[in-house]
Amino acid sequence: MTLMVPAVNVADLKDTTLLNMGIFALFVAITMVIVIRASRNNKTAADYYAAGRSFTGPQNGTAIAGDYLSAASFLGITGAIAINGYDGFMYSIGFLVAWLVALLLVAELLRNTGKFTMADVLSFRLKQRPVRIAAAISTLAVCFFYLLAQMAGAGSLISLLLGISDWGGQALVIIVVGALMIMYVLIGGMKGTTWVQIIKAMLLIAGAAVMTFWVLAIYGFNLSDLLGGAVETSGNPNLLNPGLQYGKTETSKVDFLSLGLALVLGTAALPHVLMRFYTVPTAKEARKSVVWSIWLIGIFYLFTLVLGYGAAALVGADTIKAAPGGVNSAAPLLAFHLGGPLLLGFISAVAFATILAVVAGLTITAAASFAHDIYASVIAKGKADAATEVKVARRTVVVIGLLAIAGGIFANGQNVAFLVALAFAVAASANLPTILYSLFWRRFTTQGALWSMYGGLSAAIILIALSPVVSGAKTSMIPGANFAIFPLSNPGIVSIPLAFFLGWLGTVLDKRKEDATKQAEMEVRSLTGVGAEKATNH
Amino acid sequence: MGHDAQETDAAAAVDFKEVQSTEQFQELRTRHRSFVFPLSIAFLLWYFAYVLLADYAVGFMSIKVWGNITVGLILGLLQFVSTFAITGWYVSYSNRKLDPIASEIRQEIEGHEFDKHGNPVGGTAK
Repeated sequence: MTLMVPAVNVADLKDTTLLNMGIFALFVAITMVIVIRASRNNKTAADYYAAGRSFTGPQNGTAIAGDYLSAASFLGITGAIAINGYDGFMYSIGFLVAWLVALLLVAELLRNTGKFTMADVLSFRLKQRPVRIAAAISTLAVCFFYLLAQMAGAGSLISLLLGISDWGGQALVIIVVGALMIMYVLIGGMKGTTWVQIIKAMLLIAGAAVMTFWVLAIYGFNLSDLLGGAVETSGNPNLLNPGLQYGKTETSKVDFLSLGLALVLGTAALPHVLMRFYTVPTAKEARKSVVWSIWLIGIFYLFTLVLGYGAAALVGADTIKAAPGGVNSAAPLLAFHLGGPLLLGFISAVAFATILAVVAGLTITAAASFAHDIYASVIAKGKADAATEVKVARRTVVVIGLLAIAGGIFANGQNVAFLVALAFAVAASANLPTILYSLFWRRFTTQGALWSMYGGLSAAIILIALSPVVSGAKTSMIPGANFAIFPLSNPGIVSIPLAFFLGWLGTVLDKRKEDATKQAEMEVRSLTGVGAEKATNH
Repeated sequence: MGHDAQETDAAAAVDFKEVQSTEQFQELRTRHRSFVFPLSIAFLLWYFAYVLLADYAVGFMSIKVWGNITVGLILGLLQFVSTFAITGWYVSYSNRKLDPIASEIRQEIEGHEFDKHGNPVGGTAK
């Protein structure tokens, strides 16, 4: 380290705990008032799951950005760039380019065909029961992995921000975050949750913008000088070049490719992102919301590049790695270095809010999927009235909330980025082939859908269980054991093509033909929006 | 069984196969697919070309173009530029080429031009 870099004293952070908690409590109080106000006219199922389809494109686009820019994006990417340099930048690019799949191929068609959940679209022209159950299972699986990541992220963030480093204290904080999340979703439904996402997205982007501007100002708005500063602090010129993390062996290079594949194909298959398209009144608003979110997310990821290299230059990789919370502490430490306790307090409140909001969005998606797809369509065989369905959804929220709290306590301390990349790989394997086939391939059948969804889901999960992430390496979840017979940490490169292949194979081997009338209806509805749009006056 | 989601909408009595076979709808379908398919293939190829370069052409990506700005950084930032550009292009294409024809078909369906029995079914427009 050079003398130019004033050291960040991690011990000083403890003095700011009260301030952090104050700012956080203020945020919770303000959003709770908004949630309660927003929920006053939550009456029907459409109100509860789809916010009465009352949001505009820009509002929903901001909420999508709020859903998408999770703790993994803000803390994870900044940390990855600060430590691994260019290889961390890959996350930003993959997460952004992925939105083009959603924009061009999925968003509007899905908005026009479905009502509340992903399964509405997948089961539209196939056999209802089996396809709905499969879609609901994969929705629950993806949401659960995503939830674990967020809760684990909350745990490691706490250790740094509030100075709580013992296991029991962190568990208590996870319980508090989980309980708050359950309250938001129970009271506010989709409308309340969407408002929390909107507020949080604006705060997060504003906070990141201030820090980016500040870092750039230190280097005279010269990106080259900032990069030079990062190299100087780290003493490693390779920080600017690819391969620092993934370039070591041939296996790790394939792993990089696998990660790239999962990132770019995962977004358009994430159930909680798909469900957001139902909160707008028309396909045109769905398109507008994706455009808004692409701009917001893209600009935010440009900020992370500056923040990541800024943290590498001003805080230093060694300090970051040694801090409680490890890699994930890069962004908060940079905030502390720049603006002292006040900026740290703001940034940590925003990071908390991020986790809270993303967890709320995931929970409502999982609850809607269980209540609408499994309870109403399968258990009650379509005979449940909307009020009972919403009641079931609310109970599911509580159950999922408790599961997430338990899972978060046990996943605490585990690699957050891994869990998120896992959720992306599972989503891309289990959902994307069936979404694309059922929208664009006339001949696609129920058997193809089931083979693809169950095959992709189990392949992704089994390969991860057998990967070095779970066992056989120093950083594994179970470091003592070794059953890692699959060498890659991300299963995407195997499980995603396999799921596409199984969807094709299941279809061509299927002797049953699907209803051509339903196929015609789905195609016409998806492209014209008839029935899903408000009737035009004529 | 049946699709419980859309029971009460204006399109309940529509003969969708007839709509699907109209020239107008075929035109909409062609316009949509001939735009989104090639463009999707193009941006995925460009993205994977970038990932493969970062993976296997480290030397090339590490060439410094100006100061500490490398080829890799420029290509990475170009991914952002291309994403924003494709987004804008798609929106303008949809507004010009897809939306007008889609809303025309929608109005014809809602005006009961494709009903199965020739007589208006369901409520009139509100």
